[in-house]
Amino acid sequence: MSVWRVAWLIARKDLRIEWSSRVITNQVLPFAGVTMVIFGFALDANTDVLELVAPGLVWLATMFSLLLLVQRTFAVEADDGALDAMRVAGVDARAIFFGKAIGLASQLLVLEVLLLFAAVVLYGETIQLDGAVLLVTTMISATCGLAAVGTLYGGLAAGNKGRETLLPLLTLPAVAPVLIGATRAVESALGTGVAELSDGWQWVSLLTVFAIAFGVGGALAFGPLIDE
Amino acid sequence: MTTLDPTTTADTEVSPSRSTGTNATRVIGIATVGAMAWLLLFALVLSPADVNQGESVRLMYLHLPTIWVAYLSFIVTAVASAFYLFTKNHSLGWDRLAGASAELGVAFVGLTLVVGALWGRLTWGVFWQWDPRLTTTALLFVTYIGYLAVRRLGGSHQQRAKRSAVIGLLAVLLIPLVHWSVVIWRSLHQEATILDVDGDPDIDGTMLTTVFIGMIAFTLLYVWLVMHRTRTMAMEDLLEDRGLDIALAERRAEGGAR
Repeated sequence: MSVWRVAWLIARKDLRIEWSSRVITNQVLPFAGVTMVIFGFALDANTDVLELVAPGLVWLATMFSLLLLVQRTFAVEADDGALDAMRVAGVDARAIFFGKAIGLASQLLVLEVLLLFAAVVLYGETIQLDGAVLLVTTMISATCGLAAVGTLYGGLAAGNKGRETLLPLLTLPAVAPVLIGATRAVESALGTGVAELSDGWQWVSLLTVFAIAFGVGGALAFGPLIDE
Repeated sequence: MTTLDPTTTADTEVSPSRSTGTNATRVIGIATVGAMAWLLLFALVLSPADVNQGESVRLMYLHLPTIWVAYLSFIVTAVASAFYLFTKNHSLGWDRLAGASAELGVAFVGLTLVVGALWGRLTWGVFWQWDPRLTTTALLFVTYIGYLAVRRLGGSHQQRAKRSAVIGLLAVLLIPLVHWSVVIWRSLHQEATILDVDGDPDIDGTMLTTVFIGMIAFTLLYVWLVMHRTRTMAMEDLLEDRGLDIALAERRAEGGAR
């Protein structure tokens, strides 16, 4: 079986597990929602400020939730030694990496759409039609980068006690370019910042390069990192 | 048997020694002290005060050499990580060099950030500016703190070496991306800055010499520290290996006694 075929099977398995366990809908999504509400408290529910900083808050909430999702997606593998079993069964590490990353990216996309919706409802954000293409492209490219970084460091932190605390320390500095790029691009798309719509596209190129770099780098590095 | 008897286990990699000093480190150590004295003389006595910044310009003689050494350390970490991964015998020596160098790099970046904040307060009026170089440096600092945390995850020495070498090389992938993102971020959202951070004012000849002396002095300090730290790490590894052997021997002896 080709790497991509195996990756697809792993992604489908992950999504099925998440669909039946409901951990995402019962825990991660409410967490993300609460984050959006408490950002409102922190900024004193000042609608002018909230509208201005909403893109950043959406991505910040996404990144916090990413940490939970990554822990969740590897807890599933570590519980019964499933990750080791896959390696022993001769499954290519690259396939595991891409499979987990695709599964993670799908969940992240759903989460981002809901967070954006929350920004519209809670922060009074308006989504313009002419920025829609930029918005969707940004979300897809940023999500690919986040999923690649999350999977890579999640694999390293998986399964061993005391390693969970390592995940935020490794992940957050690594996804800083995504936070900067995605926030500015969404600002351009929504027209909240001073940036023009055309400014957003150079951020999309950064996000795309980031996603490719960590997609390729992660696929190469994942095997050595999870081999114990 | 509880003593650390060197004859109990055969270890060919590291010979037990009571100190990490050798003739080479002693010579470098003395040279470092000499160079530091030379730096102090130039930085505090011979170099003039700046026309605009006054005496606070002397912080530059600490600031520039420390960041130079920090960059040097991270380059050494990356190169040593690559040598560990891509050479056939996967020598732990490369791994220890990478680790020792990263530790020093983190320490020197920390020092640079502290000195820079103090200098910034004196010259710009603020401790921090969201300037691309500063922001990248701060993220570099956190990234390598993460690298050091990965080194302490446990497992065998070879596991530690492989994991940290991979993380060390990923940092090389990350840093340009961080820098690129921060540069466009700041260029798009340029705020009115009173002082041009990147502006290179005409540096006085003595000042330039002093910076140069600082770089030599701090590079020597780095070499001296990295040699000692690499050897300390080798000793730690040796102690861990022997500790396990000794514990095994004790358990066996207990088993035999029953």
